[in-house]
Amino acid sequence: MFKNIGLAGIAVLLAVTSVAQQKKATAKTPPTTATKASIVAGELVYTQFCVSCHLPDGGGVQNMNPPLFKSSWVNGDKSRLVTTVLGGMSQQEIDGERYNNVMPAFMYLTDKQVADVLTYVRNSFGNKKTAVTVADVKPVRAKMPK
Amino acid sequence: MKNLLTNAVVIVATVFLFASSSFAQTNNKLLKNMSEENAGLILPAKFKATMLAENLGKTRHIVITPQGGIYVRLAKPVNNKGTLFLQESKGKAVVKNGFGNYGGTGIYIKDGYLYSSSNQEVFRYKLNSKSEVINPDAPEKIVTGLIERWQHETKSLVLDNDGNVYVNVGAWLNSCQEKDRQRGSMGRIGCPMLDSAGGIWMFKADKLNQTYSDGVRYATGLRNIVGLDWNQQNNQLFVMQHGRDQLHDIFPDLYTVQQSALNPAECMFALKKDDNAGWPYLYYDVAQHKNVLAPEYGGDGKIAADSKYLEPAAAYPAHMAPNGLLFYTGNQFPEKYKNGAFIAFHGSWNRSPEPQAGYFVVFQPFKDGKPFGDWEIFADNFSGSPEKTASGRADRRPCGLAQGPDGSLYVTDDSKGSIYKITYNK
Repeated sequence: MFKNIGLAGIAVLLAVTSVAQQKKATAKTPPTTATKASIVAGELVYTQFCVSCHLPDGGGVQNMNPPLFKSSWVNGDKSRLVTTVLGGMSQQEIDGERYNNVMPAFMYLTDKQVADVLTYVRNSFGNKKTAVTVADVKPVRAKMPK
Repeated sequence: MKNLLTNAVVIVATVFLFASSSFAQTNNKLLKNMSEENAGLILPAKFKATMLAENLGKTRHIVITPQGGIYVRLAKPVNNKGTLFLQESKGKAVVKNGFGNYGGTGIYIKDGYLYSSSNQEVFRYKLNSKSEVINPDAPEKIVTGLIERWQHETKSLVLDNDGNVYVNVGAWLNSCQEKDRQRGSMGRIGCPMLDSAGGIWMFKADKLNQTYSDGVRYATGLRNIVGLDWNQQNNQLFVMQHGRDQLHDIFPDLYTVQQSALNPAECMFALKKDDNAGWPYLYYDVAQHKNVLAPEYGGDGKIAADSKYLEPAAAYPAHMAPNGLLFYTGNQFPEKYKNGAFIAFHGSWNRSPEPQAGYFVVFQPFKDGKPFGDWEIFADNFSGSPEKTASGRADRRPCGLAQGPDGSLYVTDDSKGSIYKITYNK
């Protein structure tokens, strides 16, 4: 029991430290309050739905799941990125590398969850790009096959 | 009361953190001293490792000729060469030539031929008396048209003593769901892909241009095999399966993150013709020591699988990705290693966000052609440190295994393209 409490405590401390470090790395131009809130909410979505394949540091898995930093997809066109989350992805080379695993579709996430997680990803792991908003997600979802 | 408890948590956590970090520091220093003489690896006493070569590319499976020459397969060709031939001199191996403009994993030497696979085909090259490939540009195509759909694409191979080659065709889905890796998506009824993937196919070793219809589906219900070897002691094929991923992601109501990190086992199977190891209908539970019904097919983590399916010969911790299997038949290592199995665990990713595991070579003792007793870590620290193992950001990842004519053990690492040689000094 004590060991469990200790481990939980360490996990909390480590999580706090890593969040603090990430913030430090990306805090050159302070984002707006709305973007900040979206990043915080997006981290929770990331932890629940993305972390198992893209890993806590966003580095992905060599040959299997693409990294989320230095990525032309993450840092590029927003509607392509939203399409990827909503519709999933398979057999797609990214920045000249093959990643063999399939990404499932996340249609069941709300527009806000998609916006938050992408805002988080675009402002974490060394990325520093504009927020993705619900207004960016809605039209893409409307065009997705049912 | 609440404050008291919070304080207790903080104190315990702080003490634990300091204690474990100082322990980790001492431990790391010790590990560093121990590993410096062994090219970064940690080995049992009296064993020595040297790094023969590095930066070769994505070095996968490897074979050593009777003369000590090295053939190694690359996952992706480098300068249009997918197989490299190296020769050793003064503790280093030098690339003499390369050939075959196709990536892949499988390679094996038998009866004067070098067999090698792309991700769709099997080729063979005639060797001369020095075990050099005679005509590198004109191999015989033995098998063609094997399925390759990105996931589990490699075609590992091995030969028996009766003129047959055994080839893995990996399942191109995680667990044969209607929608691959999709939360809540159930399994495809009868998993139709098993007619052409998810098993080991047997072909004639000397017949040209064989397709599925010329071969035999030797064993099925195997998700993906990378490490495999022929056990000469009881004349039987042994394989290491990469177990299924993402129990929690797909069925969050049935599995916690922790349960998903620790299950299912990575399994060793001793195969006979027509065996069915049960993928995708089951997986082997680490703690319950049994085949349980997969959640895609109605399982809940406890319901036992149909007993008609093969039980593993041995089970190992989850997600460690066994990429190399080698039965040790040499005389250089101490007696206990003879006829036992070395297994190269490439290292996990699907334990995230829990700590990752693997990135080492394991020894599994055998007796009378069966696993006997507990496995042990033989060569460790490919990752570079315990922290790099836990984060999954390993420096190096062991993949292929081979035995030299003098009984030395060779290990490839496909991250930094290196080849290690491990020897024993009495």
